[in-house]
Amino acid sequence: MVDAHEHCGHDHICWGGGHHHEGGHELRLEDVSAGYGGQRAIEGISLSITCGHALALIGPNGAGKSTLLHALAGLRPILSGRILWNGAPLHDVRREIAFLPQRSEVDWNFPITVRRLVEMGRYPALGPWRPMGAHDRDIVDKALDALEMTDLQHRQIGELSGGQQQRAFLARALAQEAHILLLDEPFGGLDVPGAESLGALLRSLAREGRLVVASHHDLATAAQVFDRALLLRKRALAYGATAEVLTPQNLQQVFPASERA
Amino acid sequence: MNDFIQFLGEPLAQRSLWACAFIGFTNGFVSALVVLRRSALQIGTLSCALLPGIALAILLFGLLQVSILLGAVLAALLVGLGSLFVSRTARVEHDTALSVLHTAAFAAGYVILIQLGLQQKVDDWLFGNIMSMTDTDLWVAYATGAVAMLGITALFRPLVIFLFDPRAAATMGLPARAYNYGIFALIILVLVSSLQAVGAFLTLGLLVAPAATMKLLTDRTELMFWGGGLIGGLGSVLAFFLSYPLGWHLGATIIMVLGCIFLIAYAATTLRRK
Repeated sequence: MVDAHEHCGHDHICWGGGHHHEGGHELRLEDVSAGYGGQRAIEGISLSITCGHALALIGPNGAGKSTLLHALAGLRPILSGRILWNGAPLHDVRREIAFLPQRSEVDWNFPITVRRLVEMGRYPALGPWRPMGAHDRDIVDKALDALEMTDLQHRQIGELSGGQQQRAFLARALAQEAHILLLDEPFGGLDVPGAESLGALLRSLAREGRLVVASHHDLATAAQVFDRALLLRKRALAYGATAEVLTPQNLQQVFPASERA
Repeated sequence: MNDFIQFLGEPLAQRSLWACAFIGFTNGFVSALVVLRRSALQIGTLSCALLPGIALAILLFGLLQVSILLGAVLAALLVGLGSLFVSRTARVEHDTALSVLHTAAFAAGYVILIQLGLQQKVDDWLFGNIMSMTDTDLWVAYATGAVAMLGITALFRPLVIFLFDPRAAATMGLPARAYNYGIFALIILVLVSSLQAVGAFLTLGLLVAPAATMKLLTDRTELMFWGGGLIGGLGSVLAFFLSYPLGWHLGATIIMVLGCIFLIAYAATTLRRK
């Protein structure tokens, strides 16, 4: 499924392969602050991460996970600092970013089929008027196939299970040929098998050279899915390999005992 | 029956029939926007908020088509944005503020129109009167319909992404705010241009029922628009042929026919699923 050597050619679906680039694709945050109005929900976040990793944003409610994710997605202007992708401003290269909304924010009654949803991913390449060509249809087919959604492609999205719904949105991200996948609480509302298969999927997407960034609140499963973690409470309290970040000592700082269930 | 055939021969009847078909189609087409944005109730309140704008325009400039149109748009904007402003600056929810402002606006409009001695007109604006539409009214309706259909068709691909997933649309670089205001402006324009046909109370039905029916019948977004247009247009024409022989009010008949079509589609689709 991976063909890293042809990376970023235009006749194949781009599966990432960032670690084959010199130094890899790098996402770098420099002293980033963002928030609502004058209020800063996150402050002074700096980190660097390359493709091939899955990063969990971990912290209590209101810690700024969504704000950071939205800032990365370009949905919220940052108040100060810089977000760079391979040294250039991230939001100059919109097609590199795919955003997956929370399942609860999606109108599942919307009259649209899985295939049409995935075809949306071609928008950044096609713009409003250029028709879908054979190349685009091929990419959509491959994206559906990669996420085992080919048989379900003509279903209306509300007729899918929770796990299948997440796979449909991931297929859209693949069709977009985005390197950075931003997911807002992707495991919310999934049953255990659905969550396990989504976890495996995110890991394999990262291994193939994409950069997966997700807000996540389940400390128990974080290390199984994500190899990097950012512990957040307005400021970055710890960042690095997941096991090293989620130490009892660190967690004590972010989740005081009184707030834990 | 002979009466009716004779009536159909008159230019007034033919004009009204054509107006029914066109206004019905335009509203049905645009109703997909209202349904897919899930903003039916907001639009309902706005349609009533148009009244004071119309009344004030008449008070200040007389019965001029252009000023009435502008007055209606201004009133809708004032109530719409005003309620948003109030809810953001005080501890009231948006729908609460909207309810207070739009009923107050509606009441003010009603009082002004009665004071101006326009009782007959009041009825037309509340419940509609296609027969009373002037040539200018019809041209405004045609122009609005053409703008709405061309605009939606030309920007269909990004529009669907925006309607379905505004966050992903913004991430892909679509100007979300422009789309928001554009859609709002388009709906208000269609609302005002069809106000005389079905009236402030009933216009919401024409701007929701056709696409609501299509939502029961299709999984394809584009069919919400074109199918909605067909249902709106054909339903209005059917209502025209029913209303004369039965002596029913035309605007009310249109809304009843569209309501019946929705209920039939609902019954058919839910029974088939069981």
